[in-house]
Amino acid sequence: MSGLRRALTAIGRFAAFVLLFLIGRRRRGRPGRVSDEPPPVPGPHEREVPSGRRAETLVAAMLVVCGLCGGAFVALYFAYDDTQLLGLSLGLAFAALAAALVVAGKAVIPQETYTEEREDFGDEEVREEIESLVHEGGEGLSRRGMLLAAGGVAATGLGAAVVWPVASLGPSVGDRIRKTPWRAGRYLVDAEDRRILVDDLDVGSFMLAFPEGADKELLGSSINIVRLRPQELDLPRERAGWAVEGVVAYSRICTHAGCAVSLFRYPTYERTSSAPALVCPCHYSTFDPRRACKVVFGPAGRPLPQLPLRMDAARHLLAAGGYSGPPGPAYPRVRLQ
Amino acid sequence: MTRRLVRFLDERVGVAPLLRKGLRYVFPDHWSFMVGEIALYAFMILVATGIYLTLFYVPSHEQVVYHGGYGPLQGMEMTKAYQSVLDISFNIPAGLLIRQVHHWAADVFVAAIVLHALRIFFTGAFRKPREINYWIGITMLALALPEGFLGYSLADDLLSGMGLAIAYGVFLSIPVIGGFATFLGFGGELPGAPEFFSRMLVLHVLIIPVAIGALLTVHLMTIMRQHHTQFAGPGRTERNVVGTPMWPGYLLRSLGLLFAVAAVLFLLGGLVQVNPIWEWGPYHVYSGTNGAQPDWYLGWLIGGLRLMFPFEPHIAGYTLVPNPFWGGALFPLVVFGFLYLWPFIERRWITRDHGRHELLDRPRDNPTRTAVGAAVLAWVSIIFVVGSFDRLYLRLDVPYEGQVWFWRFAVIVVPVAIFFITRAVCRELKAGGTHPLRGWSGGVVARTASGGYAVQGEPAAKGDEREVAAHAPDGGNDAGDRA
Repeated sequence: MSGLRRALTAIGRFAAFVLLFLIGRRRRGRPGRVSDEPPPVPGPHEREVPSGRRAETLVAAMLVVCGLCGGAFVALYFAYDDTQLLGLSLGLAFAALAAALVVAGKAVIPQETYTEEREDFGDEEVREEIESLVHEGGEGLSRRGMLLAAGGVAATGLGAAVVWPVASLGPSVGDRIRKTPWRAGRYLVDAEDRRILVDDLDVGSFMLAFPEGADKELLGSSINIVRLRPQELDLPRERAGWAVEGVVAYSRICTHAGCAVSLFRYPTYERTSSAPALVCPCHYSTFDPRRACKVVFGPAGRPLPQLPLRMDAARHLLAAGGYSGPPGPAYPRVRLQ
Repeated sequence: MTRRLVRFLDERVGVAPLLRKGLRYVFPDHWSFMVGEIALYAFMILVATGIYLTLFYVPSHEQVVYHGGYGPLQGMEMTKAYQSVLDISFNIPAGLLIRQVHHWAADVFVAAIVLHALRIFFTGAFRKPREINYWIGITMLALALPEGFLGYSLADDLLSGMGLAIAYGVFLSIPVIGGFATFLGFGGELPGAPEFFSRMLVLHVLIIPVAIGALLTVHLMTIMRQHHTQFAGPGRTERNVVGTPMWPGYLLRSLGLLFAVAAVLFLLGGLVQVNPIWEWGPYHVYSGTNGAQPDWYLGWLIGGLRLMFPFEPHIAGYTLVPNPFWGGALFPLVVFGFLYLWPFIERRWITRDHGRHELLDRPRDNPTRTAVGAAVLAWVSIIFVVGSFDRLYLRLDVPYEGQVWFWRFAVIVVPVAIFFITRAVCRELKAGGTHPLRGWSGGVVARTASGGYAVQGEPAAKGDEREVAAHAPDGGNDAGDRA
């Protein structure tokens, strides 16, 4: 929200700047152009010494304003620590200093136009001398090829040895990326670690849940549980028993780039509303919870992994097994489902 | 006084000849040359405010319960990193001012670099002998983007966490090395190892800024050696440079610009709120929010990620290239590849010109370059804008999915159209010798008594034509460019 607004304000400000600039230029440019004389070609050095008592007074006044604003900043720091006033005082101090310098540069000091000849790079003789100096350094070498090959061996071995400690920066990937705390028989808990009853969820609602006793910050921990009408569900045949009275559970971490899938939409009026969906707010990957979280829109390449559910005698929800696939963002060679 | 100081220095380091040369160093006068200076001055302000912020920031993932000065977050679990940024904002006098100035300065810094790069590109200032300096500049832009991203990621609020999650997804999607490289950087899976925030901090406050500072030094020294380019005009040739000498005129004006930039940034930092992290709340792997947008300079990447088709090639049920690679990694690689290679491409296939150039082109002087540049700019800009089209949906109810489908195709068609339009306009302007913004150069056609047609009177903007004619020997420049 603020990003767009910020961008728009910045664009607006820039447009205003350009506009003012063009207007200013026009005003200065026009009268000169009406005259019939060709524009003067500047001489090599032009110098005009201004006599500007008024400009000098203005510069001095600006400098005094700058100092006063700086003093005001210090006073405010002690007396009334307010971000707006602090920014205003320091900003105005800088602005006054800038104004003083620009006025001084344009109206107090001599105005000069100076022409400088460019230096020519390049003296072929020097280049040749360098070349022969370099080559003379290898005078008398008889087995250049052997030395180069040996040097290559040294560079490769030493290079590898020098770079290798970088490997200590992280663990090897191995199975880590696929591991999750979910096991058959693990209870689902809410953010306050309370077990969840099937009846806590109304049809059309969704809820964030975790495995009981596990670290909530693991990529494989958090799930979304969604309650739909049982007849709405269209799960693959082998997952027929994975839902409990219309409650289904999917990994909360988007299979696209790893954000939390934190948006859920459910039709308020079925004829006009969109179908139920879990949506990731980062890039709007949209998953259909009725059909095993198949991707229906957006950039995600595979469905959210599903967690099989069952309930105990007290109607608490618990996992009936592990995820249907690896949770979290995709990586090369990740199994699709 | 001056003499004593100069003597003191000269007798010890022999600087007098260099100083004399430096004081007479000539800067050509053109407003567009100041954009690069704005980037330089924004960088200086970033360093100054950044040092201050570093003295308070705690790069730690450790979870704490908040009991600080901001009521609504009381009792919330958060990382020490986020807590320290809240403390900078609420407990440290002038802390919020400095933090907001730093954030605004980063936005202005990248904007100034981009505008500066556009000026260099469209006026052909990258041509021999300035290719190396052009590449240095592009490299600084390439460093400025991750530098800014790391900066707002360090705050560890909800938005920065979502950004890091996306970065994790993009790194993970790199073919072959994705998993390995990501684990090296993050020290494990998202949200990263305990030392991950120290690593980001070292990159943000030391490695990247020092790299930018070093490149900046080389950039400026190279300019000093080569002198600035200049637009063609009376008295200006390929062999000289005409303008205001460093001392006293340009120094005063440039310092004025420095303090003007500081004034704008401090007024923005004091009066215009930016990134109010306390409103977003702390980040957890399982939390997200709608309406998240990055800082503007990463908008093109979120646009690329959002616009991409759900294309993920796979073999036998195993993914080859995960989708975030296309929009998040390949797209910026293509854009930067284009920027780096353009001097070669132009020299090899378009101008076949290996000569040295000190006078700038106007955009119309090289229609193909301008057209290619405009097309690429349009391509990147469309993707940039698409990154925030969800706002159009939320505010104006324009269907989001329809917009995305439309732009998935229009993003190719529009730049092609812009290429041909720009090239035609440039050729027309070049042939006509008129300026697009200054006056009308046509004539009124009237039927004569004998039944023929003739142009009535003189062209309205007579002045323009005369000036172009007067400047033609030097390459045909406008009077306005000397303003």
